[in-house]
Amino acid sequence: MTTAPHDVGIRNQLRRNWRSRPASTRNAIAMGIVVAVAVLLFFVDHSLAYAVLLGGAVYELAKLPLWPHRIAIMGAIVGFLAILALVSSTPWSLVLLLGALFAVSSIPLPSRSWALPLATLVAAVMYPFYYTHLFTLPVFGAWPDVPTGVYMLVFMMMAVGLNIVVGYAGLLDLGYVAFYATGAYTTAWFASAQFAGQKCPTKGVSTDNCSQALVPSHTFKLGSVGVLPGTGGLHISIWLLLALAGIITAFFGIMIGLPTLRLRGDYLAIVTLGFGEILPQIARNGDNFFGTGFNLTNGPNGITPLDPPGFGNRISDLTGGVLPSNYLQCCNANVLGHQVTSSDVFYWTAILLLVFTVFCSFRLQYSRLGRAWIAIREDETAAAAMGVPLMRTKTWSYASGAFFGGVAGAFYAAFKSNTFPGDFYFNISVFILCMVILGGMGNIWGVLVGAAFLSYLNVFGLGTTGQWINTHIHIGSHHPNIDAQLYQAGIYGVIIVVVMLFRPEGLLPSRRRAAEFHEGVHDAPLYDTEHAGAEA
Amino acid sequence: VGVLGIIFVLVIVLWLGVNLVKTPSDFFEVTAIGITNGSVYALVALGYTLVYGILELINFAHGDVFMLGGMFTITYANHFFGLHSGQGALIVLWVFCTLVLVMLTCGALNAMIEFVAYRPLRNAPRLAPLITAIGVSFIIENVALAVWGPEYVIAPDVLPRSDVFRIGTFDYQWNKLIAVIITVPVLLALVYLVQHTRQGKAMRATAQDKDASAMMGINVNRTISFTFLIAGSLAGAAGVIYALYFTSVKFDQGFQIGLIAFTAAVFGGIGNLPGAVLGGVLIGLLQGWNEGLNWHSPGSDWTQSIVFGILILILVFRPSGLLGEQTPEGG
Repeated sequence: MTTAPHDVGIRNQLRRNWRSRPASTRNAIAMGIVVAVAVLLFFVDHSLAYAVLLGGAVYELAKLPLWPHRIAIMGAIVGFLAILALVSSTPWSLVLLLGALFAVSSIPLPSRSWALPLATLVAAVMYPFYYTHLFTLPVFGAWPDVPTGVYMLVFMMMAVGLNIVVGYAGLLDLGYVAFYATGAYTTAWFASAQFAGQKCPTKGVSTDNCSQALVPSHTFKLGSVGVLPGTGGLHISIWLLLALAGIITAFFGIMIGLPTLRLRGDYLAIVTLGFGEILPQIARNGDNFFGTGFNLTNGPNGITPLDPPGFGNRISDLTGGVLPSNYLQCCNANVLGHQVTSSDVFYWTAILLLVFTVFCSFRLQYSRLGRAWIAIREDETAAAAMGVPLMRTKTWSYASGAFFGGVAGAFYAAFKSNTFPGDFYFNISVFILCMVILGGMGNIWGVLVGAAFLSYLNVFGLGTTGQWINTHIHIGSHHPNIDAQLYQAGIYGVIIVVVMLFRPEGLLPSRRRAAEFHEGVHDAPLYDTEHAGAEA
Repeated sequence: VGVLGIIFVLVIVLWLGVNLVKTPSDFFEVTAIGITNGSVYALVALGYTLVYGILELINFAHGDVFMLGGMFTITYANHFFGLHSGQGALIVLWVFCTLVLVMLTCGALNAMIEFVAYRPLRNAPRLAPLITAIGVSFIIENVALAVWGPEYVIAPDVLPRSDVFRIGTFDYQWNKLIAVIITVPVLLALVYLVQHTRQGKAMRATAQDKDASAMMGINVNRTISFTFLIAGSLAGAAGVIYALYFTSVKFDQGFQIGLIAFTAAVFGGIGNLPGAVLGGVLIGLLQGWNEGLNWHSPGSDWTQSIVFGILILILVFRPSGLLGEQTPEGG
């Protein structure tokens, strides 16, 4: 018997062996493993053991027919937990969440494609109202707070943007942080006192001989809110800036793309990396360009503060105060027993932006352009032969990817109210790439999940997880003292390598991308500089 | 492009000329530093070029192997050989032993990385091993961070700093010369290995066509492992020179220097061994001039931008580099 390709390697042989067993044996083994793991974990941390048992039970339940078995057992579990919550300390939130999860998992298959995202969206929008009442997760600790949520949403946006370049068009971009930086600095320039300049209030006296306090010489205001009187500089409404940042960044993407996109895949990666390294350096050294004294970026001190977003008093009054006039001086509303804070408003705005990004990304995926991207990804030569203009299509993928990176950067700068060159390291590019890879290149849902998980880990989860490891894992009385935040990059490295070796298509891959990875598309670099321009 | 390129080179030559006339001793001083830097870059760039020539993979982890080479040097020198200044002629022997040991360690490590991380992806789309390489690079960096800590690790200062010769105000110290002295025999050995041995012939054949070489009875996997071994030991040698010359290494230096060395490899023509050396020395010189000259030089704040600017210009206008690339696809 010859060995088929899927029999090669320990992993494939194990999988074949596993699949050759009858379903009942497989079930029994799986349950046995779950119970054994739970018993072992019980000695480390009780809640972790319960979580494993519960997770195993939910997974097994999903195999049962919906009516009556599953409903009955789910009801029993929720009821049992409810009784526990009544008599002892089990949190009610766990009962409710589990109930909600069961309800969602009972949605019939045909309507899942819209019902599941809708349910997630509703849960996400309502998050600020209930997160403080939620139970503590095993290992991960408390649920992330709302500012963490904003951070997660911004990075999810960027991941979806990068997914257009890496996932759809198959171009490796190692300098995505350059687009993020462009967006952030666009906000910083046009919504701060950066370009105020100085002049003497007395006419015709130079700043050196001025006896009075200097005043800003340039002031321009367009729909901005929360600007103190007397502050100079450009102040444009943040909503206009989001669009402007997207357009400037997309233009920038085209500028980078035009000369470089004809390069082979790995050369392109290195050129984007080069841009990603040059841009932060310009930002860092931009407080005094080659000794000309022109202050573009305020150097390592960054630009701060930036104007807060807001709709202004007129719109705010028109909508009865639903749209806040100034995000930072917000809000008096007390909805459902929850005092709405300014981070909540930022959070909801971020959700809106993310929904917009995801919507555009979906529409692009099945558009003429999106299909051309996929064709290029799978086989450039064939695509070119079918009449796909390679350069134009690739440049568009760059521009669209850059657009969302720019919008996300602009919004994030407004949220933090500052921009520092230190925010734009190569690590961030790899971090976003890691989200796309982990989630599954080309599949928006996968990318969203990967981005949410990794960005959560980055700001919140690593700290709490590290704490848990330091307190719960011990040999005798010796506790480790690991600063998990310090090893962030290493953790991403391990994720990248493990995912690439064992599941190169990611956790939730698009079916098409998975097939490419397993059949091994030979993207032979037939289109390099020698032939560039042939399509003109 | 041709005209623009010539004008560009002329401007640089003019700038150098003015600097030479204004401050001749500074000029020679930074040129000497540049050549020393350049020899380190050349050794690292050779590793990139060897691996790219055979696998068409930009081995991002290579720079970090170089950094580990520096770290190993410090550890071996301190704990195995007890290297310290004032040991007299014995120092030559100890430095040689350190060099051999570090080269072996780094070579083995690099071959192991290939075996674990790149070999399973031999038939995957080309971007898969590239992404993996970035992951490996991050892992190595963090291992170094965990083992050697986040600060600069100080190497024993053993290279003599007395003058080799002195012309006017320009003096050339031994430590700069030693860096070059270590580099040259390593390069000669490499050229001999690739051009005149059976294994070298196998490497060149595999680089040209893996399937055909396999049919000719060449063990392709072993040849690739061997290439990684050689590349790693070159990085190790560079690490020894770097650690002893600069006397300090930090865990995150490898990636930056690796990128600069990769630029050098592309500059000279990737896959091309003499090209990598030429590129390395040129980049080293440019960096030295930029950081050391006074008249209208952008200064060390801009070194990185200049190096990457060169990389981008080369890739866009002359992707085959100065001496032409030698890869299976580039011919």
